[in-house]
Formats: sequence, structure tokens, C-alpha cells
Amino acid sequence: MSERILEMNSITKTFPGVKALDDVNLDVRKGEIHALIGENGAGKSTLMKVLSGVHPYGTYEGDILFQDNRCEFKNINQSEELGIVIIHQELALIPELSIAENIFLGNEQATKGVINWNKTIIETRALLKKVRLNVDPEEKIKNLGVGQQQLVEIAKALSKKVKLLILDEPTAALNEEDSENLLQLLKEFREQGMTSILISHKLKELLKVSDSITVLRDGQTIRTYRRTEEEVTESMIIKEMVGRDLTELFPDRVYNVKDKVVFEVKDWSAYHPLDVERQILHNVNLHVKEGEIIGIAGLMGAGRTELAMSLFGKSYGKKITGTIIKNGKEVSFKTVDQAIKNGVAYVSENRKEFGLILIDDVKNNLTLANLDRISKHNVLNTSKEVVEAENMKQRMNVKTPSIQQKVVNLSGGNQQKVVLGKWIFTDPDVLILDEPTRGIDVGAKFEIYKIINDLAEKGKSIIMISSELPELVGMCDRIYTLCEGEITGDIAAKDATQETLMTYMTQKGRS
Amino acid sequence: MEGLKQLLSNNVRKFGMIIALIGIALLFQILTDGILLTPLNVTNIIMQNSYIIVLAIGMMLIIITGEIDLSVGSVAAFVGAVAGVLMVTMDFPVFAGILICLAIGAIIGAWQGFWVAYVNIPSFIVTLAGMLIFRGLTLVVLQGQTIAPFPDGFRGLSSAFVPDVFGGEGEIQLFTVVVGIVLSVVYILSELKIRRTDLKYDFKTISFPLFIVKLVLFTIVINLFTYVLAQYEGIPYVLIVLFVLIIGYTFVMNKTVIGRHIYAVGGNANAAQLSGIKTKKMKFWVFVNMGVLAALCGMIFAGRLNAATPQAGNLFELDAIAAAVIGGASFTGGVGTVFGAVIGALVMGVLNNGMSLMGIGIDWQQAIKGLVLLAAVAFDVLNKNK
Ligand SMILES: Nc1ncnc2c1ncn2[C@@H]1O[C@H](COP(=O)(O)OP(=O)(O)OP(=O)(O)O)[C@@H](O)[C@H]1O
Ligand SMILES: [Mg+2]
Repeated sequence: MSERILEMNSITKTFPGVKALDDVNLDVRKGEIHALIGENGAGKSTLMKVLSGVHPYGTYEGDILFQDNRCEFKNINQSEELGIVIIHQELALIPELSIAENIFLGNEQATKGVINWNKTIIETRALLKKVRLNVDPEEKIKNLGVGQQQLVEIAKALSKKVKLLILDEPTAALNEEDSENLLQLLKEFREQGMTSILISHKLKELLKVSDSITVLRDGQTIRTYRRTEEEVTESMIIKEMVGRDLTELFPDRVYNVKDKVVFEVKDWSAYHPLDVERQILHNVNLHVKEGEIIGIAGLMGAGRTELAMSLFGKSYGKKITGTIIKNGKEVSFKTVDQAIKNGVAYVSENRKEFGLILIDDVKNNLTLANLDRISKHNVLNTSKEVVEAENMKQRMNVKTPSIQQKVVNLSGGNQQKVVLGKWIFTDPDVLILDEPTRGIDVGAKFEIYKIINDLAEKGKSIIMISSELPELVGMCDRIYTLCEGEITGDIAAKDATQETLMTYMTQKGRS
Repeated sequence: MEGLKQLLSNNVRKFGMIIALIGIALLFQILTDGILLTPLNVTNIIMQNSYIIVLAIGMMLIIITGEIDLSVGSVAAFVGAVAGVLMVTMDFPVFAGILICLAIGAIIGAWQGFWVAYVNIPSFIVTLAGMLIFRGLTLVVLQGQTIAPFPDGFRGLSSAFVPDVFGGEGEIQLFTVVVGIVLSVVYILSELKIRRTDLKYDFKTISFPLFIVKLVLFTIVINLFTYVLAQYEGIPYVLIVLFVLIIGYTFVMNKTVIGRHIYAVGGNANAAQLSGIKTKKMKFWVFVNMGVLAALCGMIFAGRLNAATPQAGNLFELDAIAAAVIGGASFTGGVGTVFGAVIGALVMGVLNNGMSLMGIGIDWQQAIKGLVLLAAVAFDVLNKNK
């Protein structure tokens, strides 16, 4: 048995109205990859924030021992000094600064207060090499993809002489290839003796790389598996996580697909908003029938989100051409408002920036996109609003002490449920879902799939964009593949496998 | 007890400012040997601060959408000047003059709103320009002179009192006392109605004894206030204007779709846009609104001075911003209440008045007000990080 690097004993942390952690224990050994797993709101992020000093000593109960020393971190700098570095669920890079500037932010390579840029760049280059990111250190963060940004975060952690690296859902926003890369990197670091704690809802990847797995449920430690000592399977973990058996990944569906085409897009093209020479979407054609669930598969940058947003009241792109036909009639949405009024809803992939008003409460977020439903002559019926919001909260099973809780205080997965609820509240005929299960635990995923199936059964049409191919295969009746802004395939569910989808997704139609 | 604690901790911010206001008032009441809360002086405080309260309400909306308006003082001066030219020099009827001035305010607001909302120029720049432009135009309109005096009807807006319809002859203005009683009845009935629906839907409510305490407290405050006013000349017209504005804007912000949209635009413009809210249009109209209120402010001020002067409205923008910020606005947008802005303006107003009564010079007054502003915001920030 290898030595222990970190011990957290009887950690209890309460927020007003919520006991986020209740007597939690965590025991991490040196040089291992320790997975932390649990449902949305189980307390994973909170536990890591306690460990890294985001929630300072004195705001929680219990002890932390790091390398056998008692730790009482007052802030994040003190934990970093000891080599504990956390990469948060929400990336914290500054978009307008370069990679090098971001990496050494707060840790500038300076002599007597004057920054030594040469040294900064050279060190950055070395760090980027370690994370195998091949870009210019002076590139601005905003020009990088999410996967690359994640690597920059890791490089930044490395620059701090990290001993214990904490990654909170690092792969939630990554496609499979980028995820694979990242996990590979973690394994290499393990070889070099680094310890990491990895939080994720993707059980497969956890099982692939982890040495130990600790399961949290409702703020309590359920158990820790040592994988060298015992056999662990996915279903065992799921059972511990949700407290019951969950044999199926996808719920049963009552098929109610009609022949009537509800939503059809013809020859849809759009150009980049800042660079009107660059065509992003090329003559896209697709349709969805009443009660049908269709999927859109594509790699990062294939134009999935751009397609969805350009359809949704021209929220993306310039020089948009093409037609939308809804229920047999040609329609055109110049604004989001018109799209919503015509029964189209779009759930953004980026809940923080485009989905939610974080400083506002759950209730106001749920009702925002359809205030008409709770108002008359523009005057709100606030009692009705509370009742409706409460219903939606229950329907979506959002875990929060009250609908007056600020959304920023919810766990990531519960925020996602609020966004979804907000759009279901608009009672759309066509629901466009962009990565609807990002950052959502297995149990909640199942619930969300159920809600989607339910909507389909009631005759709604669903368009689902996802980077998780198994999800598309499991849920959809048909899947379109998108490659560089062009539809390259329209594949029926029965023929869809991950391999075929992958082939179409990488096959360019244009020569 | 537990309930009270919960109630207090949930509303630290809201109660904090009210408590601060009461504290400051009591402090000056003692320091000025009881002059501060005499009927004459209470009436004075209202009249002196009415135009800042009007501005603060508009500024609160602006800050909620995440913008700022530095031009309001100059706009007020400009509109005051135009009012002078119209009503004094050109002998326009008062009512028509007021309408024209409000319209000019709206046009100025639309001008600034256009640059901010549709051309995407930061409001700091647009309104900094506006500050210079309208100060300059004030001088142009007045040709550097002061125009006076205004017709009586116009001055009434800021200095006359509602006559006692009951013809009370004694020390006390009977009408004002009656208004106080009527207001308390309306208040109690509306609170009861709210409580009834809350109970019906099983919403969280405060315990019944606490509810009674709240009703009694507010009823006492309302009647004490009207009683004090009644001992002087009764209700100033401008108080009615303020009352209507406060109730109206509170209603709009809390109970209408427009209010919700304004908060949403400030809270997260991207998310608001994707929720079907016309964010540009919203910002534009909030500036138009500010223009109208700045015009109203300019007229009340001119009426009070009984003159249109080139220096009118100097530094008003800073008082209005300070009032909004003390009242809970945040420059990141999305938070703040109309009621808060009014409390903030009163905090500044009582400070001004109290220090003047004590004979403290303008120099120290400025410095102390600055410190209070800083303290209020620091309190807020520290409270949030707890
Ligand atoms: N600052 C806060 N104020 C109030 N409640 C909070 C705060 N931070 C977290 N919580 C609550 O604590 C609980 C645990 O949240 P936490 O973010 O740790 O969950 P998580 O396990 O990381 O979930 P997810 O998988 O969804 O990210 C949740 O119920 C959440 O609402
Ligand atoms: Mg989390």
C-alpha cells in the first residue's frame, strides 16, 4: 500500500438552507488518480473548494491533512503554495489575454517588478509542450477551443509545481478525442509521481484511468473503492451513486412519430458574423416530424451550434439564406422573440453565458422566456408565477432549497436542469437541445431523457445536438451528420453505430 | 425569534440601509438639539431632496441595465433653462411649457440611448459627451444670464402645499392627518390581501405575531410622518409627485414584464437576448426614461430656485449615482430596487441637511459624504463575501 498524501476527515459544510457536506471523509494516496463521483449537488465541487481554500478555514468543520500536516487554508494561495491546484468546473481564463499571460497570471516572471517576457514565453513554450498543445504562447485565449483552453489550465497548474491536481469535470465540454488526450496526459503525470483528483459524470472514462473511486451521495461519503484490491463495475457505482439499481441507460419510449413534417429547413447557408467571406453553413437541409427525435452529430467546429443559433431568430451569422417551413407554411424568424412565439426553443450549450441569469433566482430564470404565460396586459401574476415555477422545479427535479435560491448557488447539473426547464416552460413544438446533458449525472440524465421522450410522445419535435455519440444513438430516430457546415449523412437509428457516424462526420461532401 | 433572525439575515441589505437612515437621522437629531425632525425641517428635507430622488429613480434603472448616465445634471440644467425661456421670456402657459420640457427630456434621452443601444458606444462616453454638450447648450440658451421669476403655477410644483380642504384652522392641518389614516388603511388592506394569497398558495410567510408587529410599525411610521407634516403646512405637491413615481416605478420593476426584462438585460445580456428579450430596445427606452426624469428634475429645481441659472444641476449626476449605489445598485448590473434608490437619496439628503444645520462647511460636507458612500459600498461587499 502506497503512502497517503491527503486525508480529509469529517468535513461538514453548510450553506443557508443546505447541508452541502455532512461528515465527509476522503483518503487519497500518493501518485494515484482518485475519482470523485456522485449525483448533481452531491457536494463534489464543494468538497474540492474546501480542500483548496476557496471556502476558507473556519467556514467548515473537520480536518484536512496534506502530507501529514494539518492544513488551515485561508485562501487559495495558501493551498497552491503547498502544491494543491484546482481547475474549476467553470474555466477561469481571461479571454483577452494571451496564453502566456494567463499561465503566469499572479505568478509573473518578473525581476524587481518588471516582467521578463522572454522568460515568460520560453517557460510557457515548455509547459505547452508538456501538455502537448502546439500553439503560439502569445495567442489569445479567446481564439482557442474549449479543449485547448482546458490544456492551458493544466499547463497553468503545472507552472505552480503542482503535487495534487484537482480537475472538476474537465471533460464535460470536450469531444471524445480531446477527452482521450486529456486522460492520457493525466496518466503520464501519474507516472511522474503526480497525484490527481478527477471529478466527472462520465463513468467510462473514470473507470479507464482511476486507481480509487470515492462515491458521494447527498453530501455523505458512501464508500471508497480501491481498484487494486477489488473489482468495480459501472453498475456498482451507479447503484451507490443514486441509491438504487439503474439497469437501463435509456428509458423506454412510447413511439408516436407521425408522418407530418413539422419543421423543415431548406438550403440554409450562413456566413461568419465578423468575417463575411467565410461561409460557415452550406445549404443545410433537414426536417423533423411530429413526435420525432432527430440528432445532429459533428465534430467540434462542424457548425452544429451555429446552425441551431442561426435558425433561432438569426442569433448567429450574417448573410443568412434559406427557408424554414413550419407546419407546411414558410416562416421567417427575424428575432428570437418571433422564433419563441412560433413554438421554437433553443437550449444553449453554454448555460452560464447564454442560458441563465446567474445572479437571479431559480423562479425568475424559469419563467423569463415566457413571461406571457404568467402575465396579463404585461402585468405579472406573481402568485401564478410561483406556482408554475414550483411545478417546473418539481418536474425537472431541480435540487434546491427553494425557488428563491440564486442560480449561481446551484450545482452545475442543477443549473442545467433549470435551463432545460426554462425552455420547456415556453411550451415549444420544436425543441432544439444543444448538449442537453452536459455535466449531468447518470441518474439525472435518465430523467432528462425521460422528459425528452415524454415531449416526443406528446407530439413535440426534438432536435438534439450532442458530442456524446452513444447518447444520440440511444435517443434518436434519425441522425444527421454535419461536417464543416455541410450535412453529410441522414442515418436511420437502426443503421447508426458510433463507427458509421464517425465516418460520416469526418467525410467532406464538397471537393 | 428564529423567524425574526431569518427575516433579518435574508434582508440585511434592505434593512441595513433603512437602519442606517434611521441611525443617521437620530444622530443628527441629537447633534442639532432636535432641530432635524421639527415639522419645518422635515418638510424642508423633502423639498430639498425631491429632485435628487427623481433622478435617483431613473439612475437606478440605468445602473440596473449595466449602464451609467453622467449627463443628468447638465440635462436638468438645460431643461430648466428652456423652461425659463418658454414660460418667462415667451409667456407660454405653464401646463404646455411643462409638457414641452418633458418631451425635450425624452428626445435627449432618445439621442443618448441611440448611441448606447444601437451604436454600442459605452454609456460612460456617450453621457460624458452629453454632460458637456448640454451644459454648453444651457449657456447658449440662457446667454449666460439668469432668467427669473417663474409664474406662480410653475413654482407651485416645487414649493406649494395641498390646501386643507377641511379648512382646519388650528395648529394642525386636518387634511394631512386624514391622508395618513387613509394611507394606513390602504396599506393594511393590501398587506392582508398579499398574506391571504401567500397562505392560499402555501408560500413562505412570516409568523402571524411578526406580521402584526410589521403592520403596527409601518402604520405608526406613516402616521407619525403625516402628523409631523400636518404641524407645518401639510403635504407639498412635490411629495405627491414623488409618491406617484415611487409607487409607479416599483410596480413596473416588480410586477410587469418590462421590469423583468430590464433586470434580465442587466443580469446577463446574452441570456436575455436568447430568451427573446429585445435588449437594445430595452436599453434605449431606459435612457429615454432617464431623459424625462432629468427634465422633471430640472423643472422642480428651477421652480424651487424660482430661476433658471447656468449653474443649475451641477454635480447632480454624482448625487444620483451615489444615491443609487448606497441604495443597493451594483455596477455589474442586474440588481437594485427603486425603493433602495429613494432610501439612498434620503441618506445623502439627511446627511446634507444635518451637517448644514450644524454649521459644518461645504468642504467637510463633501468629504464626509464621500466617506459615507465608500462605507456603504464596503459594507455591501464585505457582507456578500461572508
Ligand atoms: N455558494 C453556495 N451557496 C449556497 N448553496 C451552495 C453553494 N455552493 C453549493 N451549494 C449547494 O451545495 C450542494 C452541493 O453543490 P456542489 O456544487 O458541491 O455539487 P456537485 O456535486 O459538484 O454537483 P455537480 O455534479 O452538479 O457539479 C448543492 O445543493 C448546491 O446547491
Ligand atoms: Mg460540481
